[in-house]
Amino acid sequence: MATRLQFENSCDVGVFSKLTNAYCLVAIGGSENFYSTFESELADVIPVVKTSIAGTRIIGRLCAGNKNGLLVPHNTTDQELQHLRNSLPDQVVVRRIEEKLSALGNCIACNDHVALTHTDLDKETEEIIADVLGVEVFRQTIAGNILVGSYCAFSNRGGLVHPHTSIEDLDELSTLLQVPLVAGTINRGSEVIAAGMTVNDWTAFCGSDTTATELSVIESVFKLREAQPSAIVDEMRKSLIDTCV
Amino acid sequence: MAANMFVVPQTKGSVLCCKCGILMAPNPANMCVTCLRSEVDITEGLRKHATIMHCPECDSYLQPPRTWLKAQLESKELLTYCVKRLETDLKKVRLVNAEFIWTEPHSKRIKVKLKVQKEVLNGAILEQSYVVEYVLQDHMCESCTRFQANPDQWVASVQLRQRVSHRRTFFYLEQLILKHDAAVHAIKIKQMDQGIDFFFANKSHASKFVEFLDKVAPTKRRESKQLVSHDPKNNSYNYKYTFSVEISPICREDLICLPPRVAVSLGNLGPLVICTKVTNNIALLDPLTLRQCFLDPDQYWRYSFKSLLGSRQLVEYDVFNVEVGSPEFNVGGSKYVMADVEVARVTDYGKLFYVRTHLGHILKPGDRALGYDPYGANNNDNELDKYQNLVIPEVILIKKSYEEKRQKKRGEPRPWKLKSLDMELDESKGRGYEEKMNTEYEEFLRDLEENPELRFNLSLYRNKDYQPSEMASVSDGDDVPSVPLEELLADLELSEEEDGDDSMKD
Repeated sequence: MATRLQFENSCDVGVFSKLTNAYCLVAIGGSENFYSTFESELADVIPVVKTSIAGTRIIGRLCAGNKNGLLVPHNTTDQELQHLRNSLPDQVVVRRIEEKLSALGNCIACNDHVALTHTDLDKETEEIIADVLGVEVFRQTIAGNILVGSYCAFSNRGGLVHPHTSIEDLDELSTLLQVPLVAGTINRGSEVIAAGMTVNDWTAFCGSDTTATELSVIESVFKLREAQPSAIVDEMRKSLIDTCV
Repeated sequence: MAANMFVVPQTKGSVLCCKCGILMAPNPANMCVTCLRSEVDITEGLRKHATIMHCPECDSYLQPPRTWLKAQLESKELLTYCVKRLETDLKKVRLVNAEFIWTEPHSKRIKVKLKVQKEVLNGAILEQSYVVEYVLQDHMCESCTRFQANPDQWVASVQLRQRVSHRRTFFYLEQLILKHDAAVHAIKIKQMDQGIDFFFANKSHASKFVEFLDKVAPTKRRESKQLVSHDPKNNSYNYKYTFSVEISPICREDLICLPPRVAVSLGNLGPLVICTKVTNNIALLDPLTLRQCFLDPDQYWRYSFKSLLGSRQLVEYDVFNVEVGSPEFNVGGSKYVMADVEVARVTDYGKLFYVRTHLGHILKPGDRALGYDPYGANNNDNELDKYQNLVIPEVILIKKSYEEKRQKKRGEPRPWKLKSLDMELDESKGRGYEEKMNTEYEEFLRDLEENPELRFNLSLYRNKDYQPSEMASVSDGDDVPSVPLEELLADLELSEEEDGDDSMKD
């Protein structure tokens, strides 16, 4: 189910929030509206955590994570790190990495199985990503842009990429990611997909400028219509309980 | 991987328009063109109505502050003018195309469709056309107002004078002016005693006309101006300018006695000379030595001598005997042969003269010739008196006469005709004056027939009414000189192209 909302009059929701299958991070805003929208959707399923990273509110673009872990840049303060470790579920590993490209959200796009990274990322960082997030890492560009984290958004079910991506590129990425991909826009024709929306396996949040066409594209490619959160989390729970025992 | 870089062919996919959801190629705005058009109007803020001033008299349009531009409806100039009026608007957008939409001329509206381009929404360039409507307001331009107020108002006038008793020069000048269109800007031309007055609306036109006259005739000029009005606040003055141009009284075929100083300065040219050609220089020929020389207008006006005998005083002579004295001379383009001839005046066969003449190349016994009669003439000339030991020839022959042959052809129209300037005639003269004018004009036409070099600068037109009569076949061996047909231009019928074949077949 895709929801339209605004953060302090800005439609760039993906900048101020990070949504995964296990948790949701939200920036500290002037009014509580942003937080309450997320809460009303997700509160009984996954924890919604209010935080800042490196003293800023652009947390969506600074950190990258999935259900297995969360990576934060080197300028995250100790308090923030501690707060995150406390608030997030125990199975989520929070790790601070020393990386020159500190906007990890712009450089890394990942779901629970595969990650696409910026071509100039350190080898060390790549290993950490593979280790902490438990994913296969591929260095890629999208429509000639190296900031893969900004120009695409994908979940375990599907993905949306920059509208100028050629068909060959789309096929290649789709093969890598093993999910169906579509080229489209967000927020009334904006090409910066990940900045305008944030998505997980059963829900998505988009900027309020998103047109009906764009919303229908998102709902169809991410398969949000039939998705029910409980079903997915139950699956997760089952597998968790299995391993625990 | 091969040695050369393998580049994957990139085909552009299609995305859905973010507004209407139709499939389209991705563009910087990511909206289909229709949605973009509905979203953004690049013609917002551009003027769609404008007013322009139009003068109905001369069909011109005002370009502020003061210039009036003459243009036809739906012409290129008018389009440029209309677009220029919107210049401030068109700085914001880029103009790609402009064209007229037809409107009824009486509606006083002009519609122009403009196509403009502008950049919108992160890099997409949008093209849109819109219509601008111009309302024409009638407003008489300054020159029309001035003309309406007083049609005879002139600003500059040229008074052309020649102090002689005939009008040959003015007939010739009239043709020259017509040929060169020198008087197109004249608002009025008036014939005066011993001259013509030209009136112009602009001082520069008058100056240009005076320059033209300078080039074709030996003139001296003076200029004066008269204050008409004066605006003390503006410090502007309105004047009426008058140019007084005087042509030298020496004409072609005149007999001149040069003042001693002039004769000496020209290399002792015999004091009696004939004027052979007048352009802006005066060509003088000494008939006894066949020496020719030219006088500048400045040189002439320094001495300003008059002619001794003019073409009015030509007398007819019958030639009895011709003895060619010398071979052919080529003097300044014309051939002369010195000969001794025996002549007698037609009116007085009793007295035979045995004289030298330069016309040996055309005179034959039995011919008629025209010449001056110093023997019989009573000369009252200061210059002549200055010479003590001068021997004046008794007869100076000037040209051959075709009078007899002309008698046969009297009354028949010529195959060619001349145009004339639109002149206001002098009302004060009587009937006798008119007859005199006609005779002089007839003589001028004959002159043209006889002298090809006189015709050179003029335009002669074919006379449509001319039918060669049967009489033409019955003629003596020695034909009257006439204008060859190749020199004639077809007359302008509908002011379209002139079909002129102007080759000189001499």
